[in-house]
Order: sequence, then C-alpha cells, then structure tokens
Amino acid sequence: MPLSLPEYERAGGYAAVRKALGFLAPKDVIEMVKEANLRGRGGAGFPTGQKWSLVPMGQDAPHPKYLVVNGDEMEPGTFKDRFLMECDPHQLIEGTIISAYAIEADVAYLFIRAEYTLAAERLGRAIAEAYAAGYLGRRILGSAFSLEIVLHVSAGRYICGEETALLNSLEGKRAIPRTKPPFAVTVGLFGQPTVINNVETICNVPHIVANGPQWYRNLSRSNDGGTKLYGVSGHVKKPGLWELPMGTTAREILEMYAGGMRDGHRFRGFLPGGASTDFLLDQHLDTKMDFTEVQKVGSRLGTGTMIVLDDRTCPVGMVHNLEQFFAQESCGWCTPCREGLPWISRTLAAIEAGRGQPEDLDILDDQARLVGPLGHTFCALAPGAIEPLQSALKHFRDDFEQHVRKRGCPWRMAAGPGG
Amino acid sequence: MMLTEEEIRQIQDEVAKSQNRRAACIEALRLVQSHHGWISDERLQQVAALLGMTAAELDGVATFYNLIFRQPVGRHVILICNSVTCWIKGYVSLLDHLRDRLGIDFGQTTADGRFTLLPIVCLGACDRAPAMMVDGERHDELTPEKINAILAHYE
Repeated sequence: MPLSLPEYERAGGYAAVRKALGFLAPKDVIEMVKEANLRGRGGAGFPTGQKWSLVPMGQDAPHPKYLVVNGDEMEPGTFKDRFLMECDPHQLIEGTIISAYAIEADVAYLFIRAEYTLAAERLGRAIAEAYAAGYLGRRILGSAFSLEIVLHVSAGRYICGEETALLNSLEGKRAIPRTKPPFAVTVGLFGQPTVINNVETICNVPHIVANGPQWYRNLSRSNDGGTKLYGVSGHVKKPGLWELPMGTTAREILEMYAGGMRDGHRFRGFLPGGASTDFLLDQHLDTKMDFTEVQKVGSRLGTGTMIVLDDRTCPVGMVHNLEQFFAQESCGWCTPCREGLPWISRTLAAIEAGRGQPEDLDILDDQARLVGPLGHTFCALAPGAIEPLQSALKHFRDDFEQHVRKRGCPWRMAAGPGG
Repeated sequence: MMLTEEEIRQIQDEVAKSQNRRAACIEALRLVQSHHGWISDERLQQVAALLGMTAAELDGVATFYNLIFRQPVGRHVILICNSVTCWIKGYVSLLDHLRDRLGIDFGQTTADGRFTLLPIVCLGACDRAPAMMVDGERHDELTPEKINAILAHYE
C-alpha cells in the first residue's frame, strides 16, 4: 500500500509545497529546476526548466493555463511511471502542485492510461486526501495560488503519449498529433498555454525544491541532474526497477542490479530505453546511461528501461514484434508512417516465415531512410519505429541474411516443429 | 437499448466538469461501457445528442480508441500483452494455450459468452513478464497452469 497523506507528511512530504508557495516566486522555482538540470524523463530529455520558461507569465498571460502530467506509459519495455503512481501517489501530487505553481497554471490534468487501474484508484484517493487537507483547491495553504487537479483515465492507443495527440484526446477528439509550431507552451490544451511533463519528471520536482539544485546535481554521476529509475527486462536473473544516480553505466545496471544473464542465455545486445531506441551491443555496456552519453554511441536513453536481447531470442523476430507494434499504433495521419510501417512489418514477417528475398534487406534500408527522419511526419512515432530497425539491420545483418538464405528462422528450425 | 436516467445524470455530471461538452466524450463513452460492456449504435446516438456532437463524430472518436468496444464482448475481457518483453518471455506459446483452451481467436467471444480475447500493448509489467489483464486486473509471470487457475476465477 502507498503512503497515506499523514504518513507522507511525516516522511517530509508536502514540505516542498509549503516552501514554494510560502517563500519562493514562480520564477525562483523555474530557476531552481533549470539549475538542477532536470531533463524530461518521458524519453526526449528536454530540459524541464527551459520548457517551463517558455510559458507566458505575469499579468498579461492568457488564462486558464494548464499543466498536463503524462501518465500514458505505453512504451514497450517501460514500467517506471506505473511504479511511481501506484507506490507514491502523493509524491506525484506534490510535484504537480509545485510545477503548476511555477508556470502559474490554473488546472492540472493527470492523464493516465486505461490499463493502469490500480494507479488510477490510488491517485484518485490521494487527490481526494490532498483536497481535504487544503493542498488543492482555492487559495492553497492560505496563499494566492489556486489549483484544480483533474484525473483523466484514457481509453487506449500508444499515440496518446505523444504530447499534442494527448491534448487532442483531452479535448475529446481522435488522438492525432498536431503540427508544431505553435508549441503547446503557448497554444496547447483548448488553445491555452500548456506544459506537458512526464510522471517521473514531476516526481523529481519536490526534491529539487526541498533540497536545492546543487544537492540534486550532486546525486548524479553525469551532467544531467539527479537520479533515474532504471529498469531491465528480458532473460536476466532479476528483472526489475532501481533508482540510481543518473549516469550509472549499463553494465552496472545489468550485472549488479539485474544479476546478469539467466543461466543458459548469452547477452547479445539491448535497447537502452524502450522500443523506440537503437540497439546497442556488448562494447557499449560501459556507457553512462544519461541523455548525452547514450546518444554519443548511437542510441538514446529514452525511458531508461533496458530490454535485453539474448542468444536464444531471434533478433529478426524481435524487430518484427517491435515493427508490428508501431505499424498497429500508427494513428494513420501521416503517409510515411501509415504506409511505411505496415510495409516494413510485412517484409519482416516474410523474412521470418522463410519467404524473404535477398533484395528485401535493401528495401528495409530504403524504408528506414524514407520513414525515419524527423520532419517527414508530424510526430516522432515513425522515427522512433525506425531506430530499432536500422540498428538491427546494422548490428544483426548476418541474422537477417541467414533467414533469407536458409529460407526461415534458424531459431525456429533448431527448435523443431512447433518450436 | 437506451441510456438509463442514472447514466444520463452521470454524463451530465462529466459535462459540468468539462471545458466544453465534447471534451467529456471519452468519459461518457467509458461510463456507458462500464454499465453495458460495450457501446451500441443506439446508445452512441444518445450520447452524441447529449454532447452536441453528430453520431458520426462521436463514432470517429469511439473507434479510434482500442478500449472502447463498438461490438458486444463477453462477460470478461482478456487482454494479453503481445509487446516485446512478453514476446521474448514466451507470449506466443501462452497465446496458443489460451486459443486452444477457449477455442477462440483474437476478437472473438466464447460461445457461452464468458470470455472475449484481445491483444494489448505493453502493460508495464515487463519485470514480471509475460502478463495479461482480465477485467482491469493484471496477472503476471504467467504459465499455462497459472492461466488455467486464473480463468477459473471468472464465471
């Protein structure tokens, strides 16, 4: 069970709200978060304080302004926001209040995916507790600041996690991404200034305000501030989730925390942060898992939840599973994504089934070049889909070629009929 | 096949909390579905009228979201995760097991109206893969035997 409000308060909870509302101006909070170098934990790593500072402020700013907390966690391989929402809902609410205060928002929406039923139930209860204690509503703790929190439970679709699609969904529309600019910070929900932050990002804010930006930066082993929830899944001994200093290496996470590979399974590679990141290999394991360093070796930190590929899993099959997911979840708005991803998925299915042609690999390379670049589509779904594909074609080319040459999947053939 | 007075009142409550009427449409659809399991044409038309939308507009929204059902479903809906970590951890053989046991494929309902089987994207339980959800309750670290035991709980 998560902490109740009194328990959370006894553990120091809501002290940061008292500090922010009582002693800090909104711009001071923004400065602290900037100085802390908190980068967005949804996967893109955009500096949070910088995003906040783009919101129109003061007397002439349009109202209402909105804060949207993105709890639509659906990136395959990612299970960190569910943990935060289920296990410490008050931390998220406290972060939401302070973040909303920083941008002078009037309403905060918590957008949560439909399948996270336990998280929604616990958040709903915690929100009610926070209202009753005067942390939410009119003139919070006697200050001039008022905030309403609305819990919105979604009805499915990965694309809702894309921030502008999420706004359309909150407006009761099909979740189709919007063209940018204008950016949501000026023209967002219902046309009003809106900041969208990931759940994990928001959960960092109370600690930055309570302990100061320097303390927060010192938690980290890299330039990106703070700690990070890292996860590992796949055939490792102890799959799980750990809060560690930002910049902990992939090897430490895999070997010290996840316990290394399961007996009988050899490590072949990993996706560092969810389905839409490039495969990395053995030689990349000493990379610090932060936004800058993972990018230097050709992938992205993404959500920081690693998916491990082992030698008993077919890399072509794994990529096929990923591309099937992206093809299914394309909202259909942009042609390269709507047409390209199913083509890729069908080509991979053919290769898996032993119907692959030698030129199919060139076709996949071409598709990656056409569908992948940012700017060919409104949002980053298709570019994200191409990341595991292009890196698999590079790192596991032999496996693709063997499938074509042997007219089928070597793993399945080895397993025999029905394997 | 009409909305009850209680449902209408609940939808109006959602509308009162919303910025505008149509912004409440996903809440309204979820609400109606929670009472009946799915959204019939008649009820869709009624909800649309309450929200000042055309039925076509609301259907455009309803059919976009995979967890709004526009066809009848069984008493219990099984959502089995087919995303990457569950796939690595043996999702395919679990699906085969479910198909055999229930005698249905994705999108179908058992003849006794007990179960509907649907795929779902990553349920965020990758550390305890493979996973599935039945009526909003998650079950993980699945094996064929465990699936049999779970299904027995749902009449």
